[in-house]
Amino acid sequence: MDLHDLTAAYALDALDHDETREYEAHLARCERCREELASLSEAAGALAYATEAPAPPAELRARILQQAQRERANVVPLRSRWVTPLAAAAAVAACAAIVLGAWAASLHGKLDRQQQIAAVLGDPAAQRNVLADGRGTLVVSRNGKAVLVMKRLGSAPTGKTYEAWVSSGGAPQPAGTFDGGPKHRVLLLGRHVPTGAAVLLTVEKDGGVDAPTTKPLLSVRNIAQS
Amino acid sequence: MREYPAMPRSFAHLSDEAVVALVARSDQEALGELYDRFGRVAYGLALRVLRDEKLAEDAVQEGFLAAWRNADRFMPERAKASTWLLTFVHRRAVDLVRHEERRRAEPLPQRAETGPSDSAEEDAWLRFERERVQAALRQLPDQQREALELAYYGGFSQSQLAERLGQPIGTIKSRMFAGLARLRELLAESNGESAWTFTT
Repeated sequence: MDLHDLTAAYALDALDHDETREYEAHLARCERCREELASLSEAAGALAYATEAPAPPAELRARILQQAQRERANVVPLRSRWVTPLAAAAAVAACAAIVLGAWAASLHGKLDRQQQIAAVLGDPAAQRNVLADGRGTLVVSRNGKAVLVMKRLGSAPTGKTYEAWVSSGGAPQPAGTFDGGPKHRVLLLGRHVPTGAAVLLTVEKDGGVDAPTTKPLLSVRNIAQS
Repeated sequence: MREYPAMPRSFAHLSDEAVVALVARSDQEALGELYDRFGRVAYGLALRVLRDEKLAEDAVQEGFLAAWRNADRFMPERAKASTWLLTFVHRRAVDLVRHEERRRAEPLPQRAETGPSDSAEEDAWLRFERERVQAALRQLPDQQREALELAYYGGFSQSQLAERLGQPIGTIKSRMFAGLARLRELLAESNGESAWTFTT
């Protein structure tokens, strides 16, 4: 048996126990296979994302953390998850309401927002602009509605928020504030993005500001595609 | 033991790999963060392989605990943190399904859309990724796609696949290799520029 040939099967977990042991022993000695495995594993891992992903039961998270704690004798006490004070969230929403009008309406209507996001992402004529380093994509539908899809966007630091901007030559105009974090990687912008305009994202103080005060984390231009 | 007040702690700007580095230092909050980032994908994957909610939960739990125990051995130059973590969950799911052969014959329970989720954005993001990977899968030749799907989602070993498909094991191996290599290219394209093709 040529062990080099087992790399793809190993990446897919398609070896039985004996084959797995044999291949792993081989892997320790074969740099070529280690490199090939690294690249094939990325592709295999992507298959996980092709499945429906219903939310797991809420208690699973706590169960895993409890079990993890049990396995470590000297652990720090379990703190409750980071809580966003409701008041702060309300302040953000209120401020956005004043600045952004229509945007705020969708801020409160999760379903409405989801539908708007789905409409933009599902628009076959939408312009798709890939961010530098493949960090995400800016999708702009025909009517100018725009969604920023990020590979990863950490939670905004305490007391801060992400703020999006649309710049079509003049001063950047505010296009919504976002908390970030793993659950906020898809940002529905609160302002239309014309062809040729750039979208920027900065970190600002909670509630957002009228003009960017920090260096943009990202900048992407909406370029017309033929 | 002293009770500490709930203290918000931000993992802002931490890459997945940095979170794993904290997990390696027995940081439970970091483990929670890892779960928040990948728990749902992990559960979806386990459910697809196992077709049983309880077993899927077991696979996710054991996968995350394996990550907890092995985080100090994670090598970011070898794999993305997400791939590394999902491998633990997938292996556990495959182990379980091979012990639960009978389940394979049963159809996947029909679900009324995905369960309640706390974020429209996460739904949209997962749907975006799902469609991207599915689109890439659809472009593979049928035999390669079949080999990948039966191995990865079905949990079949290459020998079982050879037997089931009536093909020499060498053929199965080359289909899996060619399929994964092509999938890797297609995904890289859809990550890069101008890879979006639509029929209008």
